[in-house]
Amino acid sequence: MSKDPITARGDLRLTRITKSYGDFTAVDDLTLTIPKGSFFALLGPSGCGKTTTLRMVAGLEEPTVGSIHLGDTDITTTRPYQRPINTVFQNYALFPHLTIFENIAFGLRRRGIKDVKEQVDKVLNLVELPHLAERKPTQLSGGQQQRIALARAIVNRPALLLLDEPLGALDLKLRRQMQIELKWIQREVGLTFVHVTHDQEEAMTMADTIAVMNEGKIEQMGSPADLYDDPETAFVANFLGQSNLIKGKIDGNDGDNLVVDLYGQKISMPKKRSHAVDNSLYAGIRPEKFRISRLGTAVRGNTLTGGHIEDVSYIGVSTQYVVAMPWGQEVMVFEQNDDGVAPFDKGDEVNISWEPNFTFGLRGDEDVDAGTEVNPEELEEE
Amino acid sequence: MSQKIKDASIPTIPVKARFSRWFGRNLLRIYMIFGFTYLFIPVAYTFVFSFNDSGKSNLIWKGFTLSNWQNPCGAPEVCNALGNSIKIGLLATIFSTILGTMIAFAIGRYKFKGRSSSNLLIFLPMATPEIVLGASLLSLFLVFKINPGFWPTVVAHVVFCISFVVVTVKARIASLDPRLEQAAMDLYANELETFRRVTLPLVAPGIAGAALLAFSLSFDDFIITNFNSGTLITFPKFVYVSAARGIPAQANVIGSAMFFLALAIVIASQLAKRKKTR
Amino acid sequence: MSFPKVRVPYLLLLPGFAFLFTFFILPIINLAQTSTQTPVAGGDTGEYEQTLAFGNYIQAFVENKEQFGRSFLYASLATIFALAIAYPLAYAIAFKSGKFKNILLVLVVAPFFTSFLLRTIAWKQILGEEGFVVPGLRSLNIIGEQTTLTSTSIAVVAGMTYNFLPFMTLPLYASLERIDPRTIEAAGDLYANGITAFRRVTVPLSLPGVVAGTLLTFIPAAGDYVNAAILGSPNTKMIGNVIESRYFKIVDYPTAAALSFTLMAAILILVTLYIRKAGTEELV
Repeated sequence: MSKDPITARGDLRLTRITKSYGDFTAVDDLTLTIPKGSFFALLGPSGCGKTTTLRMVAGLEEPTVGSIHLGDTDITTTRPYQRPINTVFQNYALFPHLTIFENIAFGLRRRGIKDVKEQVDKVLNLVELPHLAERKPTQLSGGQQQRIALARAIVNRPALLLLDEPLGALDLKLRRQMQIELKWIQREVGLTFVHVTHDQEEAMTMADTIAVMNEGKIEQMGSPADLYDDPETAFVANFLGQSNLIKGKIDGNDGDNLVVDLYGQKISMPKKRSHAVDNSLYAGIRPEKFRISRLGTAVRGNTLTGGHIEDVSYIGVSTQYVVAMPWGQEVMVFEQNDDGVAPFDKGDEVNISWEPNFTFGLRGDEDVDAGTEVNPEELEEE
Repeated sequence: MSQKIKDASIPTIPVKARFSRWFGRNLLRIYMIFGFTYLFIPVAYTFVFSFNDSGKSNLIWKGFTLSNWQNPCGAPEVCNALGNSIKIGLLATIFSTILGTMIAFAIGRYKFKGRSSSNLLIFLPMATPEIVLGASLLSLFLVFKINPGFWPTVVAHVVFCISFVVVTVKARIASLDPRLEQAAMDLYANELETFRRVTLPLVAPGIAGAALLAFSLSFDDFIITNFNSGTLITFPKFVYVSAARGIPAQANVIGSAMFFLALAIVIASQLAKRKKTR
Repeated sequence: MSFPKVRVPYLLLLPGFAFLFTFFILPIINLAQTSTQTPVAGGDTGEYEQTLAFGNYIQAFVENKEQFGRSFLYASLATIFALAIAYPLAYAIAFKSGKFKNILLVLVVAPFFTSFLLRTIAWKQILGEEGFVVPGLRSLNIIGEQTTLTSTSIAVVAGMTYNFLPFMTLPLYASLERIDPRTIEAAGDLYANGITAFRRVTVPLSLPGVVAGTLLTFIPAAGDYVNAAILGSPNTKMIGNVIESRYFKIVDYPTAAALSFTLMAAILILVTLYIRKAGTEELV
């Protein structure tokens, strides 16, 4: 504690953080370590506590209980201006009365850095906007403002850079471009980035590690591929991409695999991909993992028979089918248009099949709709 | 929650840091209490002394009575003066709101030659001290041999109210999304219908606010009134003139009643607004 | 609408501007004319003729330079005090009042509705010899037997500060409220402590409110004579008191007109310089 927090470096550790506002608990007993140099995303729907978490790291809110460490320095109650942490604010919060140059120089001047001009010019070149130095923020486009907000933060060489939905205000095309640029800049300057977003695609494109938050808690944490391929909860399965969740019962073992009964049809799946706690389970399969075949055709892997095509949407790279299963459930299937097989028509009787290794198992008492009510694309339009 | 806080394994924040933070956060709130107390001391004094059993001069507390409130016209001239003030206020409000709203629409909605000099003409009466406004108007009336009195006072009030109406209504017009009017026209409303069905209802709260402001400015005005009213007595003039020999407690009754009435109107309109947005 | 569109704004302006021309511009021109008149030789009181006596101005100014100086001094002091009191108040309402914001805003305006004369007289009685403050302070030996709180220049300035406080608070609030609180958080994030963030971000962003508030306070304060008449003494007379008595007691219209005109010109020049300096032209 004797060390000046501004010089702190290292991993960010949140220990048993709770933040309540009256009766409402925004963040609930959260423990989390973000390794130095990583690009970390906090992903979740609005109101899940991700922004509150970010604000506590920035020092703009104080946890009700719990502690925050940067390396071995406790920064729980340190004022925002005493932390080596900078934020790219949602809607940027550029100072409207200052020029772009002075906006970027603001932090350097407060810390009494000598070569302000040199450093500001350098970072303006990094974001490729050196010609805008003398403009005022209102004269810039959204994408330019975003880059200036980023430049204003990274010019300070913080130990940690926080990004609060930084791309939310941009249109789709510009957002894709900025995602790539952000990732590139992160590698270039080698900082720890903590990125808060409700956009799963944005999080998956940019982050090394994603923590999915829901109702103040972390549902699951891991690499984008881990989260997508092996979600542990229905919320994660639905919030990241789409999932078909089919109710079943564990019927026995077969070496490293489980035998699962789905409405009378037997399938198998790897034991280690099951998160069930008892015999009841939901078998989860991503729509693109399914293959559709006509009745009587021989197929490998797990097969469910008795479906018929309910709806067909052709969308170029793939065709999306809705298949009605005999027990009344409709499943979603995405087929690549690359195998020259004639597409199926509405009403066709089909089997659906998939590789057993692609199956993931969720607890049988899960709410299968968790994470689907919040449609990330809809939120972006606001 | 509570059993969680007792859990020893959860790190807690030092009490000292919490206290200094609390003080920092609440310093401004404490200041605010002092600020409002300062603003309301004379209002409270006026209210308390409206219950004074004072007789002629309401200087020293002589005992509690309700008679001033039961008979607010008990002191000669008080109600006459009040009536004059209300009449002048209503007329000045009507004229200045109509004229000012028209100007506000012209300046706020159209680009035309002379727009910036129009703005200047609106700014000038506000930048002119009341005493100059009052004195210059009186000089004009004297030149044309018009005796000061009721109508000259109304005219004088309209002069200084117009600018405030223009500024208030213009601000409301400026905050209006022009796409709403475009949408109305797109949906087959002509200019007049667009104005009546879309623009006017949206600007109406601004006009109402401007009218309220105009009335309170007119009702409370003393300096300009003093120059142009001649022998006519308005409420502020009555208070000023009788200040030397002591103001009857009935004046306090009327001042306090006006305060509560205006407060009720403002709060009611706020509540109505909240209900609507819900 | 049948008439050409270009004419619409002019038609809207016509009645209002005709009114303002007749009852604002014409009187000012007439005032200028009156200011150079002299009494008719052998005429009645109040009879004057145009003689282009510009000497009226010099005479009026020389005779009343003390009151002129006092007007501008008192008005400046009242403006500064009102700014100092109103800024934290407006800041607290804008940023620290949460859901009570609208109620507090109403409370700032509320004292307006009790006649300002009644409130000024209330102050006079509270701070006067028969009020409870002076005897209290005397018994505590904070002020001497001879010291009074009313009939002093301090009382006049205090009265003006009080009366014009809402005029200062409202524009300040309006411009403070428009500040995105995230810009202030951003300043903290960029190593500015509370004071620096206030000085470098909050104050510059609230400048339009400061300019509007100081003007709305200074202009009426400089022309005021009610506070001086009620709370002051003959030694605290302001230029407004002189103009008033020239009109009503002495019936010396030319001098009163010259004084009014000088006051207006002085205020307009000061205001123009001030706005130039503050760099905000979109005030009204």
